[in-house]
Amino acid sequence: MRALILATALLVSVPALAQDHSHMGHAMPAAPAAPDTQTAPPPVATDWAADALHDPKAMAEARAALFRATRDSRASLVRLDQLEWRMHDGKDGLAWQGRAWTGGDLDRFLLRSEGAMEGGTVEHGEVRALWSHAIGPYANLETGVRQDFGHGPSRTHATLGVDAMLPYWIEAEGAVFLSHKGDVTARVELTHDMRLTNRLILQPRLEADLSAQDVPELGLGSGISEMSGGLRLRYAIKPRFAPYVGVHRERKFGDTARFARAAGEGTAATSFVAGMFFFF
Amino acid sequence: MNHLSFDRRTLLRAASASALLPLFPAWAQSVSHGRGTGVDTLSGDDIRLTVGHASFTTGGKTGHAFTVNGTVPAPLIRLKEGQTVRLHVTNTLDEDTSIHWHGLLVPFQFDGVPGVSFPGIRAGETFTYEFPIRQAGTYWYHSHSNMQEAMGQFGPIIIDPAGADPVAYDREHVLILSDWSFIHPHKLMTRLKQAGGYFNRQKQTVGGLLSGKDQSLKERLEWAQMNMDPTDISDVTASVYRYLINGHGTQENWTGLFKAGERVRLRIINASAMTNFNLRIPGLAMTVVQADGVNVKPVEVDEFQIAIAETYDVVVTPTEDSAYSVIAEAIDRSGLVRATLAPRAGMTGEVPQLRERPLLTMRDMGMDHSMPMELDLSKPDVPIMDHSAMNMRDFSGAPQVKKNAGVASLSPMPAERIGDAPTGLEDVDHRVLRYTDLKALNAYDAPAPTRTIQMHLTANMERYMWSFDGERMSERTEPIMFRHNERVRITLINDTMMPHPIHIHGHFFELVNGAAPGEQPWKHTVNVLPGGKLSLDMTADALGDWAMHCHMMFHMDTGMFRIIKVRH
Repeated sequence: MRALILATALLVSVPALAQDHSHMGHAMPAAPAAPDTQTAPPPVATDWAADALHDPKAMAEARAALFRATRDSRASLVRLDQLEWRMHDGKDGLAWQGRAWTGGDLDRFLLRSEGAMEGGTVEHGEVRALWSHAIGPYANLETGVRQDFGHGPSRTHATLGVDAMLPYWIEAEGAVFLSHKGDVTARVELTHDMRLTNRLILQPRLEADLSAQDVPELGLGSGISEMSGGLRLRYAIKPRFAPYVGVHRERKFGDTARFARAAGEGTAATSFVAGMFFFF
Repeated sequence: MNHLSFDRRTLLRAASASALLPLFPAWAQSVSHGRGTGVDTLSGDDIRLTVGHASFTTGGKTGHAFTVNGTVPAPLIRLKEGQTVRLHVTNTLDEDTSIHWHGLLVPFQFDGVPGVSFPGIRAGETFTYEFPIRQAGTYWYHSHSNMQEAMGQFGPIIIDPAGADPVAYDREHVLILSDWSFIHPHKLMTRLKQAGGYFNRQKQTVGGLLSGKDQSLKERLEWAQMNMDPTDISDVTASVYRYLINGHGTQENWTGLFKAGERVRLRIINASAMTNFNLRIPGLAMTVVQADGVNVKPVEVDEFQIAIAETYDVVVTPTEDSAYSVIAEAIDRSGLVRATLAPRAGMTGEVPQLRERPLLTMRDMGMDHSMPMELDLSKPDVPIMDHSAMNMRDFSGAPQVKKNAGVASLSPMPAERIGDAPTGLEDVDHRVLRYTDLKALNAYDAPAPTRTIQMHLTANMERYMWSFDGERMSERTEPIMFRHNERVRITLINDTMMPHPIHIHGHFFELVNGAAPGEQPWKHTVNVLPGGKLSLDMTADALGDWAMHCHMMFHMDTGMFRIIKVRH
């Protein structure tokens, strides 16, 4: 067997290129120009050379393992963009916004969640289960369902959204929701990481919530229902672990504000926030 | 069970007193006299290599390494042109392994790439590689399996020529450069998938803008508009890497001895997983005599860039009875490693400060504004610097590139960059090696190529995707076909903002670098600068299936990989 392999080795071997002195002085005088005649490429070979010399079954397994690695990469992420304590007028509470994904480079299973707690109970919260599919170098289409929880009547939504990196490194998210009661709402969010230093990062954030109709039982009015903005300054102990402080302001508009006033609630609030950004 | 056997081995190692120190082969021990034979090296017709585990210590910290015969780096293999060698590789790991002989012209089934040349070496098995040695020079070997190479499984090969060596020297040292992380390479890659610029701690900042550093506000806005980062030079940086020479960090200070006046040949190999280095020896000029194992006409330089998997042999002649620092600085200047050349052990030279990290330019983005243009006053003054008007993703100019989210940009005007100073060395005030400085020492017959192939190097840094022609290698990917002995010109176009050391297995190619045909330098690995292009002439003289890939390990592993098939 060894003799056979060695014989093959010698058969396929070619004259030594590197240290071959025999051609000295025979260099072609012509300048290196791109070939002007294009020969056709050879036909695509479907055989695998190593199958003739090694166990074809073992080769097929090894090839499968190689392609598994190179055709797509699996990874996962759990990231809390906000996990923060919000302080305003003695009504302090906890708020969160985060995501988790697992999958390949172009298609991922994505969970998103956000919400706020006051006095130990969830004021409003939601979880979205999504299929994230790349539709551009910097954009993903996110399709799935959303379940709300917390105070008030519960809603389940179908959702379609886009997560994209816009020019100037602006991260944008937009989603439309159709609830099981037929209500249509939407949300747009923009954030930007402004690097003051390589560790100190200022993040402005803007969010707008929209509704296609009045939904009195949820306190929602049509049009822009609510806007919120924030400015958070985080210190990256590691890029994936950064405590922050900041301000957060939210304000209700139009009928949404009217519904709030009628319920004896405020329509605007400014909070100081302190929290933690992290991923793993 | 698997863990048990690993632990037992570790304990056995720890039980021997020598395990308290990192294990090095003789040539890589902290002080080397050079020109070693015998115990220094593995030679002869039958060479036995055992792949295993060991702990590895650098900078006072210990981690887990893959070893060959118990050491990091692996033993020096010293062969003779004309011999036939049998290399018996025994795998004592709990997983598959392999060894690829980088730059050696071997029959394809002994090239050591699992899934291409052979099935790999299973746990507990021994595989015998057997091939004639048909060349001389400096080469290296490394695992081609499961990122083992990034964890220590690499070593040097020296092949002495059958005849007289045209390089005159009195003493020689091997310098093998590497990047070591205490974090598992799989974890490093996960981080890059989670956040593309994760390891870059040298981004531009508002603080920098206010203090007048880096780009102007106008430039920053132009780059930001395209979501391009001019500091995106290396994926993995000194934030997690310890850079090593012969397995030694700056602190451990590997020292190669010399006597003043001697001609010292340094065989320099970049065995890093993800780091291109700039190498210099302040106070000593270096005469480059060999590139990738093949002799070149001597050229004197003060600094050169050595991309991953490249080798350069240089001759230095230290005349002072003092220590000289060999400085290998990562090209993103996040870190460096110092080794020492000295007349006696225990001497140290100066360790210079890291230089300012370079910034990429429009040329690195594939916008070649330095193209010679004729001044034509009859035409209106068109502002050619209007970057916003230039489409960074125009597929019409690159029809073979697959349109998908893995291709973030295409160089709109890729410059011919074979003659450029490499990244970060454009403005240094001393002599820097360029590919156009390399000319083959021995002229050879060089018929004109009869076919041209273009390949695009494509990526999306944000998703951390790397590919050729927008396609990660899969079962469906067409191989690159060559007729046996066909001579082909391959043009590589880099559509990314990062240099890529492209390696073709089983062949040497010639750099089309302006040298006369028959004098173009032979290489096995070529660094394609960002946003640029270069061409290679290759005679497909090795039948069989071969790998072609970027030698940035994570780029290879994520799909910047092709199979080449050479058929009658």
